[in-house]
Amino acid sequence: MVSGDHEPTIVAFLCNWCAYQGADLAGTSRMEYPANVRPVRVMCTGRIDPTFILKAFAEGADGVLVGGCHPGDCYYLEGNYKTIRRMTMLRRMLEQFGIEPERFRLEWVSAGEGTKWTKVCRELTEQVRALGPLHWWENVREA
Amino acid sequence: MAKPKMALYWAASCGGCEIAVVRLYEKILDLANAFEIVLWPCIMDFKYKDVEALPDKSIMVTLFNGAIRNSEQEHMARMLRDKSQVLVAYGACAHLGGIPGLGNVSNRQGIFQRVYRETPSTANEEGTYPQLSSQVPEGELTLPEFYDTVRTLDQVVPVDYYVPGCPPVKEQTEAVVQALIKGAELPPPGSVIGASEKTVCDDCPRTKEDKSIKAIYRTYQIIPEPEKCLLNQGILCAGPATRGGCGAPCPQVNMPCIGCYGPAPGAVDQGAKLLSAVTSNIDSRDPEEIERILDAIPDAIAAFYMFGLPVSLLRRLRLEREAATAESAH
Repeated sequence: MVSGDHEPTIVAFLCNWCAYQGADLAGTSRMEYPANVRPVRVMCTGRIDPTFILKAFAEGADGVLVGGCHPGDCYYLEGNYKTIRRMTMLRRMLEQFGIEPERFRLEWVSAGEGTKWTKVCRELTEQVRALGPLHWWENVREA
Repeated sequence: MAKPKMALYWAASCGGCEIAVVRLYEKILDLANAFEIVLWPCIMDFKYKDVEALPDKSIMVTLFNGAIRNSEQEHMARMLRDKSQVLVAYGACAHLGGIPGLGNVSNRQGIFQRVYRETPSTANEEGTYPQLSSQVPEGELTLPEFYDTVRTLDQVVPVDYYVPGCPPVKEQTEAVVQALIKGAELPPPGSVIGASEKTVCDDCPRTKEDKSIKAIYRTYQIIPEPEKCLLNQGILCAGPATRGGCGAPCPQVNMPCIGCYGPAPGAVDQGAKLLSAVTSNIDSRDPEEIERILDAIPDAIAAFYMFGLPVSLLRRLRLEREAATAESAH
């Protein structure tokens, strides 16, 4: 498949209080953005186990987005700081596995930032589209 | 009545699991009394063809250690599966891929290049690589095919039980062997036996506190305090992500757990859980400081998947697209 024709699949893990509300605002405000991003709502980014992200990539995602409250604004005070620490390490590990850092993004989106949400979605979709499909399963077919 | 038959086999492994069985000491005589051993290449001289001649399901139990990284090992795994009523993945390599599983950070080409060309001790001016078949005056010589990807035993054939560990600790091996000898009722197929349902931390006597890591150390860089959790002191310890039952011998002698018993019960990906446990212990909110602290982990895959890369969600490094196609072709 030519990478230009490829519609990337991006899985987005969004916290209930900020990023998901921001995405919701974009929707209710009828802002347009690519339909490639598939949101999964969690209560807090601190609940996002790195397992989720690895599983998303392993099972067909071309990109993963993690969206949470701005530092200092976490509904549970500390969750997004834990997320910074986990995702910093995870990004390094993904790169070691051969997954380009441009396929993975951690972004802070407040409940009022519908416009920012659409911008992030557009940027990430274009970046991932340019990289082409990941198709991780091709790496792990039976020898 | 004829004694039930038993086989012990090694694939991609170091021989440590064989030692773990031999370390039953005098109790190994019970094993020899209870079973007729039909294959144990490390210890006695058997011929593959004699085992191949046995009827299917005629071996009561096979303890199989080692991962699968070439076609001979795959052949033996399939053959022993056919001949055995109960197939046990014995030890970390058969269970998780183990240390040989770290070969999944490379591929056949990369490993051959390194081993047969680049290592300082290699003298190979003609650039000879292992060949599946080569002609010599006496006829054709063949070698097993070396795969790009290391697999666990259960990624090749169905496995009945798993005995984890690198190697499995003596007491657990003893318990498993005794259960087999007595014909005790076996747990449901697929069970991990000879281990606990909790983590290594549960076996570990050290005291754990809340997040506290300001720096990450290799074991030679600090002398750890004797009572305090190693992870809290900045030493990468796999205890929180690893299945217990070993008795936590490593942290008791100031060495961190390296994860040989595999993912904690319920955990899908041991490395992801360990990464999560380690990084959430870091005592910083400043992205730059966090980056600096994490610079002490230069090789994340080896740090978090020392034993379980082939059973992790991603399983191996990304293959070049051409290589991936070539692998799926055979």
